[in-house]
Amino acid sequence: MAKADFEVPELQQYPEIPAVEPGVMAHSSPFKSKPQFQADLGFPGELVDDWQKKALDKMGDLLSRYRSLRVYLDSCVKCGSCTDKCHYYLGTHDPKNMPVGRQDLMRKVYRRHFTLAGRLFPKLVGAEDLTEEVLGDWYSYYHQCSQCRRCSVFCPYGIDTAEISMAAREIMDHIGVGQKYCNEIIGKVYKIGNNLGLPGPALADTLEGLEEDVFDDTGVEVKYPLDQEGAEILLVTPSADFFAEPHVDGLIGYGKVFHEAGVSWTLSSHASEAANFGMFIGSYENMRRVALRIREAAIKLGVKRIVFGECGHAWRVAYSFLNTLAGPWDFLDQRYPIPQHICEFTYGLIQEGKLNLDKSRNDDMVLTYHDSCNVARASRMGDRPGGQFDIPRAIIRATCNHFYDMDEETIRDRTFCCGGGGGLLTDDLMEVRVKGAQPRVEALNNVIQEKGVTHMAAICAICKSQFTKVLPYYGMDLDQIVSVHQLVSNALVLTGEETEDEDEAADEAA
Amino acid sequence: MPIEVNGKTFETDEEGYLANINDWEPGVAEVMSKEDDLELTDEHWDIINFLREYYEEYQIAPAVRVLTKAVGKKMGKDKGNSKYLYGLFPYGPAKQACRYAGLPKPTGCV
Repeated sequence: MAKADFEVPELQQYPEIPAVEPGVMAHSSPFKSKPQFQADLGFPGELVDDWQKKALDKMGDLLSRYRSLRVYLDSCVKCGSCTDKCHYYLGTHDPKNMPVGRQDLMRKVYRRHFTLAGRLFPKLVGAEDLTEEVLGDWYSYYHQCSQCRRCSVFCPYGIDTAEISMAAREIMDHIGVGQKYCNEIIGKVYKIGNNLGLPGPALADTLEGLEEDVFDDTGVEVKYPLDQEGAEILLVTPSADFFAEPHVDGLIGYGKVFHEAGVSWTLSSHASEAANFGMFIGSYENMRRVALRIREAAIKLGVKRIVFGECGHAWRVAYSFLNTLAGPWDFLDQRYPIPQHICEFTYGLIQEGKLNLDKSRNDDMVLTYHDSCNVARASRMGDRPGGQFDIPRAIIRATCNHFYDMDEETIRDRTFCCGGGGGLLTDDLMEVRVKGAQPRVEALNNVIQEKGVTHMAAICAICKSQFTKVLPYYGMDLDQIVSVHQLVSNALVLTGEETEDEDEAADEAA
Repeated sequence: MPIEVNGKTFETDEEGYLANINDWEPGVAEVMSKEDDLELTDEHWDIINFLREYYEEYQIAPAVRVLTKAVGKKMGKDKGNSKYLYGLFPYGPAKQACRYAGLPKPTGCV
């Protein structure tokens, strides 16, 4: 099905650290943003005349705003711990995809212009000017980082390459060198309300269709309300949940859970997007503008609680930054987490015994679970450390009879990124996406072989889309990736549901 | 890269999607599919036409589920699934069918 004009990595039983192949991914770089997309975000349309100076000014600005950035650029001792931890290095073998190699692309410019030694003796300290060639490397290799933060787990100094990538993209945007995929999408959020550009009427039509489908399946009138003022809960979910598979099966699940909980809830056409690509491009201003839409919607609809659907980096932005970006949230009900993850919501009901779950309805699947990077390493769930790992697994165990974890080196806080995060989920980066997926797919393949796993569940829209696209390159099926709330949806016996047994009994009686 | 259809030139973007949806004519789909070594049958045209009608009403391509449901209603339940769509359009309904129909590419986490 999938045709590759590059070599798809072979899956091994044991991970192999590849020998370096310098420059093999230098050709990979995404389409550049058009002037109109740049303008929507407040960036210059194309490369500005005095770009070197402007870039260094911006770097100086970021160094003064983010102490972390300066610490990360100063503190690397070249110990090598990170070198074999990035999925893009493991999959592509390009040393500039080693986290330290990627950091050094900015570090050498930092040293040249912001350290005394670099200003006086650049060659001695590996300092370099920001030349056109270096800028080219930045554009290429800072778009081969999914900002997943796996390297930071292994760095003894905790250097976070994600923040360096974000800073690099922010600097490039300020001199007119933006990425089409991210910047076009952010513009759509401003104009229409979501990444897809799904207007209100299309959203309403789609949700109406879901109500019909659930009614046909179960005989229960589960509602998927839009813009309903006075509802208790505002659900903010990635727009992919309305559009793509298996995402929509998760959305159907959220609705069933709310229905069984007996709470009123609504979606918003104004804040019809959980994702916040402002984070991917390192732009505080754009991240804030996207986040404020959620505040505006919450106030307008008069909700008391905000719940986020399955979206990885949305949850990072929500859990870690929502209060400073768009708070204070003093108008919401303070007895509940602000915001709350849909997994926390469902897990709470399971613990209270409020959901009637028939695990056997998922017996056609043997599950494993993919920890999405932004949930795993940049957020938390529930009231205990590690809740972001344990709660989704507890939901899967409560809804499925057959569950096996992948190799422990590849899960929880050491999870491998799907290969499509951080603004790389675009066709023009298919080679790096497929190669970057190798470590994750390898671990998946091993539990398929050893445990008979058939499906992998995830709670991130990017992960779901990425695996749908890349699994076929590795000889697997596109529908082997599922939503966690799809499993809930399958297992949940709704109050008043017509089950097949009853149908048969009714048929027999007739 | 622009494409030639019946002696006329059509502008496309970097990814081969038509620059202006209003320029579209059936020949566009014919030429694009030929480049992909795909022969368009009536089944393909049913999808392309549905996409265009939906776009005209809602200014967006239909969600996969909306599309599979419409196909299922029209052509039988066994065809109302994404496997059937991928059978017709191996590169996926969004990437291939939308492109042939002259629709812009769906963006976001899809």
